[in-house]
Amino acid sequence: MTKNLRVKSSKLVDETYRISFKFNGTTYYGFKGDTLASALLANNIHLVGRSFKYHRPRGIMTAGSEEPNAIVQLHNGTSRTEPNVRATEIEIYEGLVATSQNCWPSVKFDIGGINNFLSPLLPAGFYYKTFMWPASFWEKYEYFIRKSAGLGKSPDVPDPDIYEHKYIHCDVLVIGAGISGLIAAKTAAKSGFKTLLVEEKSYLGGSTIYQDSEFFKINNQNSASWLEKEINEVKKIENLEIKTRTSVAAFHGYNFLLARENLTDHLPLEQRENKTRQRLLKIRAKKVITATGSIERPLIFDNNDRPGILLSSAIKKYADLFGVACGEKNILFTNNDSVYETAISLIQKGIKVQAIIDNREEIDSKLIKETEKNNIKIYKGYSIVDTFGYKRINSVSIMKLSKDGQKVIGSKENISCDSLGISGGWTPAVHLFTQSGGKLKFRDDDQVFIPNTYPSNQISIGSCNGDFTLDEILINTPKLLKEFLNIKKTEYENIEIYSAFNKSKRNIWLLPSNKIVGKTKSFVDFQNDATAKDIKLALREGFRSIEHVKRYTTTGMGTDQGKLGNMHALGIISETASSKMGELGTTTFRPPYTPLTFGTIVGRNVGKYFDIIRKTPIHEWHIENKAEFENVGQWKRAWYYPQNGENMHEAVQRESKAARDSAGILDASTLGKIDIQGTDASEFLNRVYTNAWSKLEIGKCRYGLMLNEDGMVYDDGVTTRLDENHYIMTTTTGGAATVLGKLEDYLQTEWPELDVYLTSVTDHYATISVCGPNSKKIIQKVIPEIDLSDKDFPHMSFKNSKIGKVKCRVMRISFTGEQSYEINIQANYAKSVWENCIEAGKEFNITPYGTETMHLLRAEKGFIIAGQDTDATMTPIDLQMDWIVSKKKFDFIGKRSLYRSDTIREDRKQLVGLITDNPEEILEEGAQIVADMNKTPIEMLGHVTSSYFSPNLKKSIALGVVKGGKNMMGQKLIIPMEKKQINVTVTDPVFLDKENKRLNA
Amino acid sequence: MFLINCPFCGEREQSEFKAGGEAHIVRPKQPTELSDDQWAEYLFMRKNIKGIQFERWNHIHGCRKWFNMVRDTSNDEIKAVYKMGEKPPVK
Repeated sequence: MTKNLRVKSSKLVDETYRISFKFNGTTYYGFKGDTLASALLANNIHLVGRSFKYHRPRGIMTAGSEEPNAIVQLHNGTSRTEPNVRATEIEIYEGLVATSQNCWPSVKFDIGGINNFLSPLLPAGFYYKTFMWPASFWEKYEYFIRKSAGLGKSPDVPDPDIYEHKYIHCDVLVIGAGISGLIAAKTAAKSGFKTLLVEEKSYLGGSTIYQDSEFFKINNQNSASWLEKEINEVKKIENLEIKTRTSVAAFHGYNFLLARENLTDHLPLEQRENKTRQRLLKIRAKKVITATGSIERPLIFDNNDRPGILLSSAIKKYADLFGVACGEKNILFTNNDSVYETAISLIQKGIKVQAIIDNREEIDSKLIKETEKNNIKIYKGYSIVDTFGYKRINSVSIMKLSKDGQKVIGSKENISCDSLGISGGWTPAVHLFTQSGGKLKFRDDDQVFIPNTYPSNQISIGSCNGDFTLDEILINTPKLLKEFLNIKKTEYENIEIYSAFNKSKRNIWLLPSNKIVGKTKSFVDFQNDATAKDIKLALREGFRSIEHVKRYTTTGMGTDQGKLGNMHALGIISETASSKMGELGTTTFRPPYTPLTFGTIVGRNVGKYFDIIRKTPIHEWHIENKAEFENVGQWKRAWYYPQNGENMHEAVQRESKAARDSAGILDASTLGKIDIQGTDASEFLNRVYTNAWSKLEIGKCRYGLMLNEDGMVYDDGVTTRLDENHYIMTTTTGGAATVLGKLEDYLQTEWPELDVYLTSVTDHYATISVCGPNSKKIIQKVIPEIDLSDKDFPHMSFKNSKIGKVKCRVMRISFTGEQSYEINIQANYAKSVWENCIEAGKEFNITPYGTETMHLLRAEKGFIIAGQDTDATMTPIDLQMDWIVSKKKFDFIGKRSLYRSDTIREDRKQLVGLITDNPEEILEEGAQIVADMNKTPIEMLGHVTSSYFSPNLKKSIALGVVKGGKNMMGQKLIIPMEKKQINVTVTDPVFLDKENKRLNA
Repeated sequence: MFLINCPFCGEREQSEFKAGGEAHIVRPKQPTELSDDQWAEYLFMRKNIKGIQFERWNHIHGCRKWFNMVRDTSNDEIKAVYKMGEKPPVK
């Protein structure tokens, strides 16, 4: 059954280098240079997949990235399986293993094929219409839909390959190395522009490189020979870089483009180890020349999707480039001259052309004459009305077209075949151009959209600009280049061109049939199984916009993005709705042009390189002492230090108790630190904090709240006055960068007259906080020379000191409610100072504690955490922190908003303490708070923001926000949980040491 | 992705910058004298223009300076960049 359809020597494959590969379990052979598609075709295999919806057998249809059907799953071991690979693009390598997708149990016998016979029940919008009701059934429907949907399987283990990103800057980027792209690249580079030429295929020259006949000549040479010489010259130019196997995925504004360079996918597996697989190029080009060519259009008729039906240009390419015949009895069907180029190539190679069906009545060109000379029967003015053969086409039915092309007349004639090449003319590949923001215009002559206005410094040339024939390209391209590159002359001024191609075309979007449309399956989008019938149904149901029709019928929504059929969909809409093509517009072409692997998109930013990890200088000690870590922004913070198999709760209870009973030590290095200097520093702080700063003495510390202009609490922290014009501000760990940004914003834009300079010193100083009744004794041991007497060094003050020869700052400030000292020291000394503290504290059972204990201790004291107990709706008044809002200051950020009609409402959510009736019951953070369970709907009064079991108070404590909570002290409220209700009492948020005895002890 | 001509550093990738909303909104000198409506106008109301728009930008991963930009939102063309405090060079 397998045959060898390899014909005479070809341009691309090396017949001395045989490669074996597996497809659906069978081993086949191809040659170096083959794509998977060409190698399969050489083995007479057309059937490669099943269609998405009806599971119809489908074959290879194209020879490029526009392929809708031949998408396969590659298997290189378990971790390197890749779905949705186009067989027409992947070059074969020794050991390639590929399987068909979307079929079960096999591509030849597929259970889902039953959908084909049920298709009258599966019209456009079937899923939308059927699974709408009742809504509660959706989960059940979804289970079955998911099972039968999807193309290919994604790997379920990490990708072992290496990917990377690279920035490229160039004067001129040329996209596409066909004849016009090569001319452009050579001209630009030779005119002194640093030029980059990218080509998605492995070879240069586009379709001209195999246009090797006497019917297309440049300077009296066959066009292929002429171009080969050009390529040899182009390769020698110094300031021209050429990248093959590189496809541009996206063309963004300001000439920023993304391209994927494929580096190893064509290599034998053993040569890929330790090499970068794919590279994402981020290209910024001063000028872009788009030469992306054009894509041949299929023709839309009944059963136009059978295996064995290919684009005519693909048949030509497989013959010329790969030396492969797509069949032994070929029929070609066309509305233009292109198929005659194919016919002549096939004749040259000795491949049989059974017949040509041309929908044009009166035609005449040198190409046609040559074809007729070879005794090939041409049916002029005919159309195909049906095809036959389930897994491979075996014959076609043709009928005569009426003069107006609206219907078929006369009797049917059957012609047998094993391959059918179709050509509906050409569509310029304007995808990248429109991605960049370019606007198209419709050219009525040959029914194509071509570039009209350019949004950036770019042009389109060649067939993507609507210049399809050799003479148009060679005459127009040099003209366009001269103007675009601002040069006087090109090498292509007096060139002699001969092209036998005649441009006449008879465009019929949907070919007439002898059946009614409802009885036909004329595919417009092959991958998504959208037919002409579906589009007509969408129009009958009232859809008019092309974007709506697209989504309703799924036309153009596959991985191929409708590169083949979108124009026909437009054409059918325009004819049915009697609107003009140019006015309908097109659907939006979105990046990527061809799919990108996730690996390429993320590059090296995977695993531990996914995001920046910030560690304190004491990090290693935490690891050595078995700390569990939590992520706070990009920081890794010690969370708790479990001992002897403790769980988090047990560890936190022990740490909290130790900190209050004797001594605890915390690494607070992650707190944001901003150094503030300048003669207006005090005035600046007055404006950004709610309280007053002018009178703060040198050597004293003060807590401040920062608001947004809307009056809502934004950040908090302690700021210390180091000198007359010098402060150091601390911010929350997470808020450091945004606070600095906000302060800079006000300084630069609102108050440029202030003499203030801000510098982030977060990473420069480490902060070691020692707290508890014995903290003073420990600090005294670590810093013997410092006077720690309460009189000389009271709470909320600061001293410069030294540990050995190293300067440090010591602040007596507290976030726990205990007497507490913070040592700020240059980061590289921090670990040894920390170890000194631990050593000095041994006799006092100094206990390292993490963020969880810190949260618990501050909650006992009723201190808020900005971002946990506040969100963007809490004012200082809502927090019951009226005391920190200056009444005297003329202005500060957010002041005016504190007496807007909304912010003075009495029933705003306010911060309160919550004590559970059962002291053992710990509330869940985020739980809702209500008063009346019988009212419907139940009124939500607020929610729990912080909740812990306090080992020092021996009961459960919580903070929460409650509507009008300030005036509800002592009132009973309810926390409704899934299976129970928890009764709580509203209290003051300060649970421990209201008199601050411990602070000043 | 824009290529932005920072008035202090020159042309840089957009990824180095942060957009900061509408430009030339001056913070009232005496907020206490404003009615709720007037304050709300300053605080909340922003234009969303199709066409020429004046914007604030910050070269956050560069010199950290704020500056102004005139941009046509319909095609993303940057008409001009200028320093804070300077008058817009185009209308």
